[in-house]
Amino acid sequence: MSTLAHAPASLPDSHGHFGQFGGMFVPETLMAALKELESEYAAARADASFQAELDDLLHNYVGRPTPLYFAERLTSHLGGAKVYLKREDLLHTGAHKINNALGQALLAKRLGKKRIIAETGAGQHGVATATVCARFGLQCRVYMGKVDMERQALNVARMRFLGAEVVAVTAGQATLKEAVNEAMRDWVTNVRTTHYILGSALGSHPFPMIVRDFHRVIGVEARRQILEKENRLPDMLIACVGGGSNAIGLFHAFLDDASVKMCGVEAGGDGIIQGRHAARFQGGKLGVLQGTKTYLLANHDGQIELTHSVSAGLDYAAVGPEHAYYRDQGRIEYTYATDDEALSAFRTLSEIEGLIPALETAHGIAEVIKRAPTMDPSAIIIANLSGRGDKDVAQAARHILGEELKF
Amino acid sequence: MLENRLDQTFARLREEKKAAFVAYLAAGDPTLDATLGLVLALAGVGVDVIELGLPFSDPLADGIVNQLAAQRALESGTTTAGVIELIRRIREHSSIPLVLFTYLNPVYTYGFEKFHADAAAAGADGVLLLDLPPDEAAANSELTGTHGLRQIRLIAPTTPPARMRDIGSQGEGFIYYVSREGVTGEQSELATNIAENVAIIKSGSGVPVCVGFGISTPDQAAAVARSADGVVVGSAIVKTIAAHGSSPDLASLVADFVRPLVEATKSV
Repeated sequence: MSTLAHAPASLPDSHGHFGQFGGMFVPETLMAALKELESEYAAARADASFQAELDDLLHNYVGRPTPLYFAERLTSHLGGAKVYLKREDLLHTGAHKINNALGQALLAKRLGKKRIIAETGAGQHGVATATVCARFGLQCRVYMGKVDMERQALNVARMRFLGAEVVAVTAGQATLKEAVNEAMRDWVTNVRTTHYILGSALGSHPFPMIVRDFHRVIGVEARRQILEKENRLPDMLIACVGGGSNAIGLFHAFLDDASVKMCGVEAGGDGIIQGRHAARFQGGKLGVLQGTKTYLLANHDGQIELTHSVSAGLDYAAVGPEHAYYRDQGRIEYTYATDDEALSAFRTLSEIEGLIPALETAHGIAEVIKRAPTMDPSAIIIANLSGRGDKDVAQAARHILGEELKF
Repeated sequence: MLENRLDQTFARLREEKKAAFVAYLAAGDPTLDATLGLVLALAGVGVDVIELGLPFSDPLADGIVNQLAAQRALESGTTTAGVIELIRRIREHSSIPLVLFTYLNPVYTYGFEKFHADAAAAGADGVLLLDLPPDEAAANSELTGTHGLRQIRLIAPTTPPARMRDIGSQGEGFIYYVSREGVTGEQSELATNIAENVAIIKSGSGVPVCVGFGISTPDQAAAVARSADGVVVGSAIVKTIAAHGSSPDLASLVADFVRPLVEATKSV
């Protein structure tokens, strides 16, 4: 596959900037570790044996390549564009997150760091990190907001079975942002022995670049697969955007294909009301949070606002800096789906295709449901089925059926 | 040349061969009025420089004591404009050097240059932004226009020696040396390599080096004062404020806590 070696080197620039976005806005204590990570990653990227080990594990342990599946029943139900789903939900641990967790675990090995920390929102990145730590014999601690631990209890149990220590974060609104703060504090304290496997295309350089590059394989495969199946490129790519790792992973290999439009879907929560959503491109402004300059949700004084989404993985106040860049360039369009639209899409995909999507992923599917009927039947959409919804069954039962499941 | 109060203070202390005592307070904890009283009380017991924390909702370099203080300050209605107004009020009574200590986002949102202009006009002397390393300050043209306010830079134990000298040589006001890896907060023991790293930083320039993070007792303050140009105490003071927040004697109780720390610093 050699997807790393072929990743374009132009962005970010040498300061870690995507145009005016991105950068390294971190306390001085972390600068040396970030620079070490940047140079070790550059060496790994140029090292054929690193790529070979990654490819071997992606294939035999993680399950790549994933299929590009023609959703025939959904397509005829919607009565418009042909809908293909990139089946990242079939990967080991159930979501795209393991592409990055595996790559970064291999980097940690090169760095000689035996202790791993991670933050997690929905728990998918935490599970993926706990999994690769078990695989490589690394010590693992995962920070997770207390609210998220309650709504993603299944993933908390999985992490613990995998040998990870899951630490509840109670500060603030006790969701993903606070988990990132706690992980950063741990890293500042233990930086010499610890690698921080950041889980989205977020935070300080070089993380947005590294996370993107490890997920870039999604779009590289999808591009090859659609050319094989349809002998042409798709018209539209759709993916949900929290930090934006699954979206940039799908989109990146198509950026130079001018005919391919792209749409990222943020969490609209209860609608675009202050404090009740997580759609940074709707109500957000430019600012700096957790290492990066990007669009974020803050008040007039620069204090970060509360966010809300039914999906823990999208419930975050800042968007990945590369998305901010391509949004300002007009290359990628961003919209949002509300909680109700995502829950409805969750049901539709389950009932029509037999695919239960993660609630995060369901936001992207909601946009497919809106958009496909407005497109010509000859048009092609590829949506990233970034994760499966097993972890969300209790949450969905609560919202859709009004039932509390007991395990 | 020495029009800046920070520069004047460090020049005077150099002549006196004494280390500076720098106290950190979270502005607005428990209220901005209380902070005014605290600053004046601390100036009265010989504190040389005040670091005034402008609260931020996501203080990722701070430990739990300062996080909670920032939360209390925000809950009491503290705003950026309110803290700048506090500086103006302090200046009606005191010429103690004042450094604003915060994260970039509140400053960026207020407008980087406007923040510096307004803070300078109100009577501030320096700004320390925990998440703005010199590399980003240099690479972003919108992060310019500091209106004479000294840009206080951080150096950590993890900073490589060449970078220590580099940051030191471009230092303004003073360099804040973070004495240990970790977030702000009290520690039972001091790091062992403070003197060595202070010497490396100073080899790049004559800028004063103040040491902070984890200092809470007079013995620790005296130990640091032997090798550094200044001692910074933050969390231990903030914790004392939290313990007495509602007391009418808050300012004098905190001054009583700080006095022995200042005396220990000056005993060296």
